[in-house]
Amino acid sequence: MSTAHVQKLDRVVIRFAGDSGDGMQLTGDRFTSDTAAHGNDLSTLPNFPAEIRAPQGTLPGVSSFQLHFADHAVLTPGDAPDVLVAMNPAALKANLRDVPRGATILINTDEFTKRNLSKVGWDSNPLDDGSLESWHVHPLPLTSITVEALAESTTLTRKEKERAKNMFALGLLSWMYSRPIDATKAFLESKFGSKPAILAANITALEAGWNYGETTEDFSVRYEVAPAAMPAGTYRNTTGNQALALGLVAAAHRAERPLVLGSYPITPASDILHELSRHKRFGITTIQAEDEIAGVGIALGASYGGAIGVTTTSGPGVALKAETIGLAVSLELPLVIVDVQRGGPATGLPTKTEQADLLQALYGRNGESPVPVIAPRSPADCFDAALEAVRIATTYRTPVFLLSDGYLANGSEPWRVPTVTGLPDLRVENATSPNGEDGKGNPVFLPYKRDPQTLARPWAVPGTAGLEHRIGGIEKADQTGNISYDPDNHEFMVHTRQAKVDGIANTIDHLEVDDPTGDAKVLVLGWGSTYGPVAAAVRTVRNTGAAVAHAHLRHLNPFPANTGDVLAQYERILVPEMNLGQLAFILRGKYLADVRSFTRVRGLPFTTIELADKIGHLIEEITK
Amino acid sequence: MSIDLGLPHVGHSGIAGVPELPDDADRQTKRDFTSDQEVRWCPGCGDYAILAAVQGFLPELGLKRENITFISGIGCSSRFPYYLNTYGMHSIHGRAPAIATGLATSRPDLSVWVVTGDGDALSIGGNHLIHAMRRNVNMTILLFNNRIYGLTKGQYSPTSAPGTVTKSSPYGSVDSVFNPVSLALGAEASFVARTMDSDRKHLTAVLKAAAEHRGTALVEIYQNCPIFNDGAFELIKDVDQQQARLVHLKHGEAVTTGNDDAQQVLVRNETGGVSFVPAGEADASRVVTHDVTLDDPSQAFAISRLDGPDMTHVPMGVFRAVERPSYDDLVRSQVLAAVQNAGGPASDDDVSALLRGKDTWQVG
Repeated sequence: MSTAHVQKLDRVVIRFAGDSGDGMQLTGDRFTSDTAAHGNDLSTLPNFPAEIRAPQGTLPGVSSFQLHFADHAVLTPGDAPDVLVAMNPAALKANLRDVPRGATILINTDEFTKRNLSKVGWDSNPLDDGSLESWHVHPLPLTSITVEALAESTTLTRKEKERAKNMFALGLLSWMYSRPIDATKAFLESKFGSKPAILAANITALEAGWNYGETTEDFSVRYEVAPAAMPAGTYRNTTGNQALALGLVAAAHRAERPLVLGSYPITPASDILHELSRHKRFGITTIQAEDEIAGVGIALGASYGGAIGVTTTSGPGVALKAETIGLAVSLELPLVIVDVQRGGPATGLPTKTEQADLLQALYGRNGESPVPVIAPRSPADCFDAALEAVRIATTYRTPVFLLSDGYLANGSEPWRVPTVTGLPDLRVENATSPNGEDGKGNPVFLPYKRDPQTLARPWAVPGTAGLEHRIGGIEKADQTGNISYDPDNHEFMVHTRQAKVDGIANTIDHLEVDDPTGDAKVLVLGWGSTYGPVAAAVRTVRNTGAAVAHAHLRHLNPFPANTGDVLAQYERILVPEMNLGQLAFILRGKYLADVRSFTRVRGLPFTTIELADKIGHLIEEITK
Repeated sequence: MSIDLGLPHVGHSGIAGVPELPDDADRQTKRDFTSDQEVRWCPGCGDYAILAAVQGFLPELGLKRENITFISGIGCSSRFPYYLNTYGMHSIHGRAPAIATGLATSRPDLSVWVVTGDGDALSIGGNHLIHAMRRNVNMTILLFNNRIYGLTKGQYSPTSAPGTVTKSSPYGSVDSVFNPVSLALGAEASFVARTMDSDRKHLTAVLKAAAEHRGTALVEIYQNCPIFNDGAFELIKDVDQQQARLVHLKHGEAVTTGNDDAQQVLVRNETGGVSFVPAGEADASRVVTHDVTLDDPSQAFAISRLDGPDMTHVPMGVFRAVERPSYDDLVRSQVLAAVQNAGGPASDDDVSALLRGKDTWQVG
């Protein structure tokens, strides 16, 4: 029995890395669930190639999952791992540069064969040549120990036994960080219930991993990370895609309307289609369309019929949907377009994150075609963003862009589950009766007669007697909606559509600035998924005694009404973005503000360190 | 008065579930379906005749007018919804079937019609057209085929005969053509028919059969464009010639053409295809009896291939009308079953349970 010393830590970053087929995402997911159940705050970053099974043992085939957990509020998945689990040479090589010297590396030595080493261009074995001396390395023959632990199974082939090695690693890590494994056992039972031999092998491997830590002398220290202090409530762990799907279900429930999703499979958005497809019980209809254009067309057709029409996609899909979104602008019908952004252009980096679709969402259509744009700031925030997108779409009868991204989509964090009755009331009325008179005083329906407050036109759905009318993508006469080529009418309608979208600013919160000392001269302004890294960097900078203000935009169109005033208050404004400065470009144009852009496009979130450095330099610059 | 297409009784009508006019309501007339908008097609356009036929036919359905919706794409024909006093949407080029799929699937109480043209449906919107037919969404697609792009002022279309000289093909078009009926049959369409703008009775009979059909009904309507492709169908409109060329399909009967003196009858030939032979020379065992209900579309396809750019033999009528579950019915029944099995529409508690999921923990 091990007499491992228990050491308390306030935070840990673990990265599991292996071949695409090694089950690293599953291992990470399970460790995350157990960590969440333990009460730590956490944030995760899955990172995997677009290829389902790239050639085994090669660098392109490496898949990893990083988890940051702590006894305090966690804002990012962590810059650098404290522990790397490397299942093969490729995983070690691909990840080593991120691992600080002195950190712990668990290595599956079974895979360090001459052949596998040469696949990644290593002539000598780093386990023997001293090149890993500055790290704390635990060499473990994970594959063979797992196979040995499963020696009694006569039904499984050696290959099948080897595949359980990820569970062995999970068991060992769970022991190291004092995580319970019961929930993972229950999970395995539900996953492999119909395959008893595979189930038994996975559970045996999981327990063997735990027992290995417990009984061998290899590990002298066990760690404990105490639960984080979080607001009281019921919590669950969620990814951004899942929260977004649940937000759409909740929005439809609160709107008391059916929801119709028209969607074409695309990474990294498909999980929303998958999730919503399961929720027919909630009146959700999902239609897997023949292409991206049909996906949005189906959603628009459903909206025309009175449902909440939603389409989910990524950047390449948005490009194809552009014309239909323009039609929705012209028809003035509700529509929610979820763009889970990924690296571009073209196919780009399907599984990696980026924020480079902002300008596409804002301007990627012909004509003056204003569309409200909102962006969630964290995986759990995707839930609230979905409700807000539906609110704007149905209240203003307009398409709305919801810009998530690959990091939010697949990353996860604990989410305090809201009370359904406390969610916004999203009910809006359909038109039921004529709203005007013709020249002779007879009641008529005017499809483009607007609500004076919102400038929204009536939502008059087919099946409503007396309101039969025709709408279309050709310019419409004010009020009647009849085809009109009149120059003054077109100018009026262009301005009116813009004014309607601008007016949404009346119903959104002012931009709030976090400036605890009130004397900061530098403002960091972010949007979307950069919230976590920016907040973490701001915290780091403040810990050095410097003052820095932080604000975050949820609404990218229209901006909160006080945005210009906020920008005017600071000597330096830093806008970090995972693009080449798209928000900064707009802020400069709209507010003539001297915004400094800080950009990275590596397919990965910002690190806290690089952001903190940048903020530090700006503060230095003006205090000189 | 009306033409008998000989179609078998339909089990589940295409307009089942769409609210009907109450018995004591005034009879609808063509005027009820005429909007206040001035019709802006060119003088002599075949679209006028089709519009009049549709406006005249819709009252026959006996449906509440507000439950009828026409969705169109872009092109001359796609202006159609503006002239009908129903709900209507003039959408974007080629996308009407997709938009109609969303509407039809979410609203079983609507009679959904798509109006499109040969460019709209077969070129830019080809993908949506074939997938609507494959899925068998309950809608009627009226494909006005004038074999030319009219609204863009006369370029060749996917149905323009090879060699057609237009502004974009001054040396003659080298494109091969789509036969819309063959295409529809290949795309698993459950109802496929062809008719002509100038034959009001036939057009009305086909519209009626199409509306009765549950699932996607594709109706190709030959339509003359007097400006850019005048006389495209003259060979089959000309009274002297049409009798020898038109093949009026009637379910349950032999497929014939020609007048009484020179009647020809369709027979299966040895290579698996079909061809016309003089009636007196036909081997009775090889004579093709038209059957719209055949699950195997091969015979309908063979008949569709009689047609070619030279219009020697042009089949008119219903090629295929088979019963197949419609997509929207299937989608709705899955949702309905899920709701019913869960004890009815979701309550706040049900949504709460969904949000919580299986793995929660308490803080505080």
